[in-house]
Amino acid sequence: MKSSNSTMAFPRRDFLKGGGALVIGFSLGAVTPASRAFAQAPALPDPKLVDSWIAIHRDNTATAFFGKVELGQGSTTALLQIVAEELDVELSQLSAAQVDTKHSPNQGATVSSSSVERAGPQVRAAAAEARQELLRRAAQKLGTPVESLTVMQGIVHSKEGSVSYGELLGDQPFNVNFTGTAPQKPASKYRLIGSRVPRVDISAKVAGTYDYMQHATLPGMLHGRVVRPRGQGAYGAGAEVLGLDETSMKHIPDARIVRKGDFIGVVAPRQWDAVRAAEALKVTWRTPTTLSGDAALHEKMRSSKTTDSVIVEEGDVGKALSQSAHVVSASYRGPYQAHAPFGPSCALAEAAGDSALVICSTQDVYALRERIASVLGLPETRVRVQYVEGAGCFGHSCYDDAALAAAIMSQLVGKPVRVQFMRWDELGWDNYGPAHLGEIRAAADSEGKLVALEYHGWHHGWMIDETSEQLAVGKPVKEFATGAGSLIVNKVNVGGMYVTPNRRLINHAVSGLEGYLKGANLRSPLDLSYSFASEQTMDGLAYLAELDPVEFRRRNIRDPRWLGVLDAVVEAAKWTPRRAASARGQGAVITGRGVALGTHRVSFGAAVAEIEVNRKTGLIVAKHIYAALDCGLVVNPGAVESQIIGMTTQATSRVLKEEVRFSATNVTSLDWGSYPVLRFAEHPNITPILVQPPNTPSSGAGEEALAAAGAAIANAFFDATGVRLKQYPMTPDRVRAALA
Amino acid sequence: MKINVNNEVREVSASPDTPLLYVLSDELHIKGPRFGCGLAQCGSCSVLLDGEEIRSCITPVSAVTGHSVTTLEGLPAFYAAEKKLPTVPALHPVQQAFIDEQAPQCGYCYNGMVIKAAELLSHTPQPSEAEIRSAMNGHLCRCGTYPRILKAIEGASRAMTGALK
Repeated sequence: MKSSNSTMAFPRRDFLKGGGALVIGFSLGAVTPASRAFAQAPALPDPKLVDSWIAIHRDNTATAFFGKVELGQGSTTALLQIVAEELDVELSQLSAAQVDTKHSPNQGATVSSSSVERAGPQVRAAAAEARQELLRRAAQKLGTPVESLTVMQGIVHSKEGSVSYGELLGDQPFNVNFTGTAPQKPASKYRLIGSRVPRVDISAKVAGTYDYMQHATLPGMLHGRVVRPRGQGAYGAGAEVLGLDETSMKHIPDARIVRKGDFIGVVAPRQWDAVRAAEALKVTWRTPTTLSGDAALHEKMRSSKTTDSVIVEEGDVGKALSQSAHVVSASYRGPYQAHAPFGPSCALAEAAGDSALVICSTQDVYALRERIASVLGLPETRVRVQYVEGAGCFGHSCYDDAALAAAIMSQLVGKPVRVQFMRWDELGWDNYGPAHLGEIRAAADSEGKLVALEYHGWHHGWMIDETSEQLAVGKPVKEFATGAGSLIVNKVNVGGMYVTPNRRLINHAVSGLEGYLKGANLRSPLDLSYSFASEQTMDGLAYLAELDPVEFRRRNIRDPRWLGVLDAVVEAAKWTPRRAASARGQGAVITGRGVALGTHRVSFGAAVAEIEVNRKTGLIVAKHIYAALDCGLVVNPGAVESQIIGMTTQATSRVLKEEVRFSATNVTSLDWGSYPVLRFAEHPNITPILVQPPNTPSSGAGEEALAAAGAAIANAFFDATGVRLKQYPMTPDRVRAALA
Repeated sequence: MKINVNNEVREVSASPDTPLLYVLSDELHIKGPRFGCGLAQCGSCSVLLDGEEIRSCITPVSAVTGHSVTTLEGLPAFYAAEKKLPTVPALHPVQQAFIDEQAPQCGYCYNGMVIKAAELLSHTPQPSEAEIRSAMNGHLCRCGTYPRILKAIEGASRAMTGALK
């Protein structure tokens, strides 16, 4: 990677350099001062200007500027397809600029499967506006009305002749407002949208030429490691340093300690020295015993003082429950689970003088810029955050924590510092997907019609303060527990897909500041817990009503899109109707099948799971999972099918294996042995199914079949054994205990 | 210290106990093997040592002197030598198959996936599904792309054995 002089004034756009210098995967975004143009422009691109979104180059290529980042989900390819489609260029003529606070429009964090759903319409409109201006110029140049022009591969044709986009605008600004009113191509004319084009990043990733975050370097940089207790304690307790024995690492002469408050790190010119020094350095921390330990977690949540809110209150649940033919009631438990990116978080920072450059894998360059500026004591305009892809994060893993650690260390030593978390740092100091306790009661009438559903959910909220910041600055931490966007019982996943005349959903917010782990958004936040409880309850009602579980669901669904995914998955799995647990095997290894519905926020997911249960060992093996997703218009079917496969594998892993273990003092799940995830030999065959009703806009596709897949496995367990497992992960120990 | 990496003898200055991974990354600027756990649990850092897959994160650099290290970057040449091909292909057939299947998501684990699959097909040109699952079991993929990896390895096996007939 080339040097990037972070002390320069930060211009908005390296516009005139052509697409190549900015293409994701080919450059880490460093540019020479000579190429800088528009130096007087404001730091934040104005979203109301077409130039903030698209640049046309002399060689008839184009660059698109997105605010959403590629996390491995393939959304950059999809957004490029949308822009190329609207602009009438080939995908090979278009590149995406690296996401960078210096030149990227702020489209909000890359979360909640929003890239295609929310950013897609924005970039489509911008491309339409760009095309409109290019056609206006072409008409002028060719002396012909706009209506007579056609465009192919970025070349505008008329009877009078042709002119390319590059000739019309090559490396000059549009100087046109983004009004959002330019006419857009009708879906019937789509050529690129809906096609299985290869993702733009995959060849380089397989060839080994891709630049991951972990490859980024700056001249003169030091390698840094954080030094923390192995495994976090209670959120907010920090890690108070009682003693630090500097002589403990004196056998590594090139390494030095960096400290700000309770934030401790080591830096060294050689990476191995930094790793060894971080291991060798003897620090004594205060270790309060304020955690419950994982075994007593749910009892602690259940008995704690909560802030309660009514999410849904319809009809008279109490009356309906007391008068119904079939009633099911149970309590379900879900654990803390880790993001556990395959490669631990990594970041590189140069904080020198009055400015800082931070290269990292954040999901939100703008929010992180604000946080870094505050910790470093710099104005936001003097902090530049560049995104480079790391290992898939699946939500708010430690990437911002690593970025802050690098920035803090760099400011302390006055040199660029590259921080890479060790495996135990990443697993031990993650922002875990919060644990959940759900109590549910539901009733159906003698015809198998759902009559009532009552759900109470206990969990804490999201903790948004980063550990490095907290340790270095020492300010009290906050919890994001209420208000829009915080964690509340998901009214779609808890029975919302069914017609339920009487429904009551209550959220019991536990205070996350009273002895819990640090929590944040993990792919399809809490939905696995909601569906594990509510879809097992639906199955329980079907069983009491002596109905096939698919038939029971059909009787209670009105929405054609929920029916659509249910029908699609049932057909793919060649489901034959029968009551659950009515064909139980007698051998040591028995089989079962289950069905479930679920989503995250929008879109419609359904799954059928076929499993084996070893009654002796307690081992569950998921053999085949069929997963259907209706996410409206699919831009790249191959990429969305890949998402379905990935989220289904992850659901299997999470419902069968994953649980963050912790003692009274700290987390003890610190490596792949103590935090096991689904291994290669254990993966189910997966059949992804796309359901696309006509004229439906694109909606999220990165997490919406996960909850259904997990709940289908749970229902398959009942079908195999006639026993309900009410806590996941469904480990061999829990299975044996349930069957004993 | 001199080590042989991708058929080139390279002089390195790291201390003998330095894990090979850090030497490959930081001194030789090789991008294939990368840090995943540092504990030999995940397969992110895999390289071939005399044709056998090892974990470079726990292998001291001193242990590979006198041996031949092949990284992802050297895999096409390794394959060409193994199969006595007249020219070195741009990609190992396993890599081509991973691209054909559009298997990766984040792709971070694919260094290890490619190295291990290449080793498997070198020893067992036509593995059964069970053999693939067993051979690859030491390599984690957090994105959950195992099904496409499995399919790609089966495809590469067909391509490689077909090409030899």
